[in-house]
Amino acid sequence: MSTAEHPLPDDLRADIAALVREELHPRGASVAALRLVQARFRWISTAHLREVAELLRMSVEDLDGIATYFNLLFRKPVGQHVIMLCDSVSCWIMGREHLCAHLCRTLGIRPGETTEDGAITLLPIVCLGHCDHAPALLVNETLHGNVDIASLDRLTDTLRGTLR
Amino acid sequence: MSFPDRPLTAMIDVAAGPPDCMAYERAGGWEAVRRALKNLTPAEVVDTVTRSKLRGRGGAGFGTGQKWSFVPKEPASERRKYLIANADEMEPGTFKDRLLLEGNPLQLVEGMILAAYAIQAGHGIIFLRGEYHLACKRLDQAIAEARHEGWLGENILGSGFSFDIHVHSSAGRYICGEETALLTALEGRRATPRSKPPFPQTGGLWGTPSVVNNVETLCNLPHIITNGPEWFLALGTGTDGGTKLYGVSGRVCRPGTWELPIGTSLREIIEDHAGGMLPGYGLRALLPGGASTAFLDVTALDVAMDYGSVEKAGSRLGTGMAIILDDRTCPVGMIHNLEHFFAQESCGWCTPCRDGLPWVERLLMAIEAGTGEEEDLEQLDRHARMLGTPGRTFCAHAPGAMAPLASGLKLFREDFAEHITQHGCPLQHAARSLERGRDDQHSY
Repeated sequence: MSTAEHPLPDDLRADIAALVREELHPRGASVAALRLVQARFRWISTAHLREVAELLRMSVEDLDGIATYFNLLFRKPVGQHVIMLCDSVSCWIMGREHLCAHLCRTLGIRPGETTEDGAITLLPIVCLGHCDHAPALLVNETLHGNVDIASLDRLTDTLRGTLR
Repeated sequence: MSFPDRPLTAMIDVAAGPPDCMAYERAGGWEAVRRALKNLTPAEVVDTVTRSKLRGRGGAGFGTGQKWSFVPKEPASERRKYLIANADEMEPGTFKDRLLLEGNPLQLVEGMILAAYAIQAGHGIIFLRGEYHLACKRLDQAIAEARHEGWLGENILGSGFSFDIHVHSSAGRYICGEETALLTALEGRRATPRSKPPFPQTGGLWGTPSVVNNVETLCNLPHIITNGPEWFLALGTGTDGGTKLYGVSGRVCRPGTWELPIGTSLREIIEDHAGGMLPGYGLRALLPGGASTAFLDVTALDVAMDYGSVEKAGSRLGTGMAIILDDRTCPVGMIHNLEHFFAQESCGWCTPCRDGLPWVERLLMAIEAGTGEEEDLEQLDRHARMLGTPGRTFCAHAPGAMAPLASGLKLFREDFAEHITQHGCPLQHAARSLERGRDDQHSY
């Protein structure tokens, strides 16, 4: 249960407290705790950040320094699905710009934006370690390789049909 | 007993998934931990690894045994120490550690037990990049299984040595691959590198003695302990010992990763294993070991891919994962892409790197877009020189970023000049008019 005073649900508070107990110092759990919050809410709101900071015995500013430092922590709301299209060198050589332009056109958004229906957010991501199958992308937690226009279209159709 | 010539990947079957504890043991796994914990002292493990001449496979190439030798010698039960696996594989063009993590996570677990025993560390951490979801799942599974079977935990094999592993799933920053930045990240701070000394071996995570080893480095250890340092040394073709995971990406017939004797030539890797260039594409140049290594051109194809030879040729072995620039891809565009990455991933701690890299990126963007001027090349030369010299920035990030730029400015001077005189990218113009012919709607 979450309240105005404690916007985080009780079970999440308990999970974060457990993470803290495993660390030599509470702040060592900061990335793991923020990832837990994001896994539940898809992003990290200021209200949630505040509460996590309290649990980690850190200042809000200190924790926000962490939250804004890492590429995979979101401090703004994202869509139901997040497409991360690799923008590093091997994928660039293999034509990722072309795919990015196509995605932007079909979704009607630019990288960093979310579709109007809240279904899909498109983000650039650094090398996914799938360069032998470039161009590559990550949809939520699933890695896709050898992506082309046809597979992109199938992918966005599927994502729009299966909103979480 | 037969000695394997591809020890790291012998048990990896991508289609079948990783071996479980039983299958791992049947294939010769846990043999090294048994031998080390029952018959060898920690000092003897360090000595064996030192004699094997194993060097760090993450890119820097520091001697593994030597790295361990600086750790204070108290037993694990008397002093808190950490052994950390660097699985933050984020070097663009590099996809070797993912193969080891997903393909045989128990091999890494066994390697970590051996390294931890050698330095007498009771605490193990795998610093895993956040995007490696499948690797995370498989590591968690492997660790739980190893713990259940008694390979991790209290008093392993009745030796009195206790050790356990925790997976830290990071949240994505290239600089975390730098070992002191990695430690800072684990302490729940913005991952800026630290000044040395103190070195991690004496003052690492939370101020305690810590060793950070790359995944591939650690995966070599079970085989060195089982088969001996002489066997390992004989695997290499030159002065370095062992095999190396090599890889190729770009417009080749069969991009991929292969475990080969360290010192295999670039030509063999590209022509025999990657199958050469795709029809219609020629090889123009390559980055031999990831984004932060200097370009080599076709005259360097016979260079042996070991630490010394690649350095002699003017680059670095780095991660050993080559990125191919073909003759239909713009070198200026490629370097712009690389510098965009380095500018974005600068941690922002020191001014030359934080401000210099975005400057470089903007200059390259302008040149690629056709608004570059003659002076911009001088400005790029100056940055390559100033930021490329180690010691002028806080860590090795900026020098790494300048390696492809400095070498590219020399190798592709004419391409840069052409961009400026023709007010744009000659290849891009060709590609665009081709695109327009195919698809009127297409816009870049």
